Amino acid sequence: MDVGIIRDDEIDLLLNDIVETYGYDFIEYSRASLKRRINRLFTIDKFPSFAELRYRIKTDKEYLKRFVEEITVNVTEMFRDPHFYQELRNKILPALGTYPFIRIWHAGCSTGEEVYSMAILLKEANLLHKSLLYATDINPRVLEFARKALFPLSQMKQYSENYIRSGGKNDFSSYYSANYSLAKFNDELKAKIIFSTHNLVSDRSFNEFQLIVCRNVLIYFDRELQAKVFRLFDDSLEHLGYLALGAKETLRFSSIAPKYKQLGREKIWRKIG
Amino acid sequence: MTAVAATQVIVIGGSAGSLDVILKVLPDIRLNKHTAIIIVLHRKSSDDSPLVELLSYKTTLPVKEAEEKDLICGQCIYVAPSDYHLLIERDHTFSVDFSEKVNYSRPSIDITFQAAAEIYGENTIAILLSGANSDGTSGLQEVQRYQGKTVIQDPRTAEVSYMPQYALNNLTPDEILADDQIADYINRQQQA
Repeated sequence: MDVGIIRDDEIDLLLNDIVETYGYDFIEYSRASLKRRINRLFTIDKFPSFAELRYRIKTDKEYLKRFVEEITVNVTEMFRDPHFYQELRNKILPALGTYPFIRIWHAGCSTGEEVYSMAILLKEANLLHKSLLYATDINPRVLEFARKALFPLSQMKQYSENYIRSGGKNDFSSYYSANYSLAKFNDELKAKIIFSTHNLVSDRSFNEFQLIVCRNVLIYFDRELQAKVFRLFDDSLEHLGYLALGAKETLRFSSIAPKYKQLGREKIWRKIG
Repeated sequence: MTAVAATQVIVIGGSAGSLDVILKVLPDIRLNKHTAIIIVLHRKSSDDSPLVELLSYKTTLPVKEAEEKDLICGQCIYVAPSDYHLLIERDHTFSVDFSEKVNYSRPSIDITFQAAAEIYGENTIAILLSGANSDGTSGLQEVQRYQGKTVIQDPRTAEVSYMPQYALNNLTPDEILADDQIADYINRQQQA
């Protein structure tokens, strides 16, 4: 793949257009990854020049949706990092179970694989009936996909292995029905999930949660934007609530770090201050 | 030791059969304070600490997993985390990316070769080792486009010759080196 067709100054122009025309602000995204994604889209959609890409984005609202979908990374899987889910299963859910009502926020949920994984954990812990999962993403198209609870059947072998490694004891296939090449997850899982758009860059806190899960989102943000999002999470988390990040993300260098304590080796912090 | 930002990077990419080469050359490698090594290895394990530890036994230089927002410092060896692509920002810090696999690989050697070339230009040296897929070739071409240096392990000394041979079929590198010539080459290429 050719990288470096679109120059940095051209990317600045493009990002300014987008925030002025549509209000989506990608200026504080990590530039290296963003640049690679924009160049990738430029190649896939066969634009003859940067000027044409710029014009298309400025004038075609539908194309902007595609742009947002393609430059944000939507690669995810169910029970990704099984030991993380094991920690949730064994340590975090028992603590959450003491609350009369459990509110969980999946920020940047993409196509929903992780939020359905959480619903399965809650069901197995007998907590799903008193839980509400808010699954949000900047990108309306991935949310449409997530709402359908349909995932490729070809992935189920991998997901089943992940599930077992996370400590799952049931037959994973009992959570979905196979329909041609798709696996349709059971409605009772979805019944407790609210899908909604939310932009971590520009939108505010909308509730208080006992657990916020935001994995492999912050790696795409620069330090200033990370700091802003950490404050948003801090505002949205109850005292003694938990914040779960991706395997390569850390709270360590942020301004809210003194109020949080990391639990074990996993990227889970508890708000103690 | 005070760490300074590296002005030269040596990126080593390898797949099947390359770990042994790296273990063999590491003890003989010296780095001056302006040069960093970045190692991108295809591997299955999702746990990174054993690899970093394994490499640490072979050198007195610090070996670290590359973490997002880390400044790339001279006299240090960085290892790309498994299952993430490793990129480099304009301020010479790392960033990681969990996007689609490239050449069936994550981390992709192509991506890090290209990232290094874009930021370090002619002060990039890219070394492609043994492996069983086509990753690395287009990255080496990018390094050439930015006037960096390219090195390919002599396929006859590679445990799996496909990857270096594929690169040789598509470009002419600055050097084709046997595994036991690589450490010496790295030591000679550094700015005084």
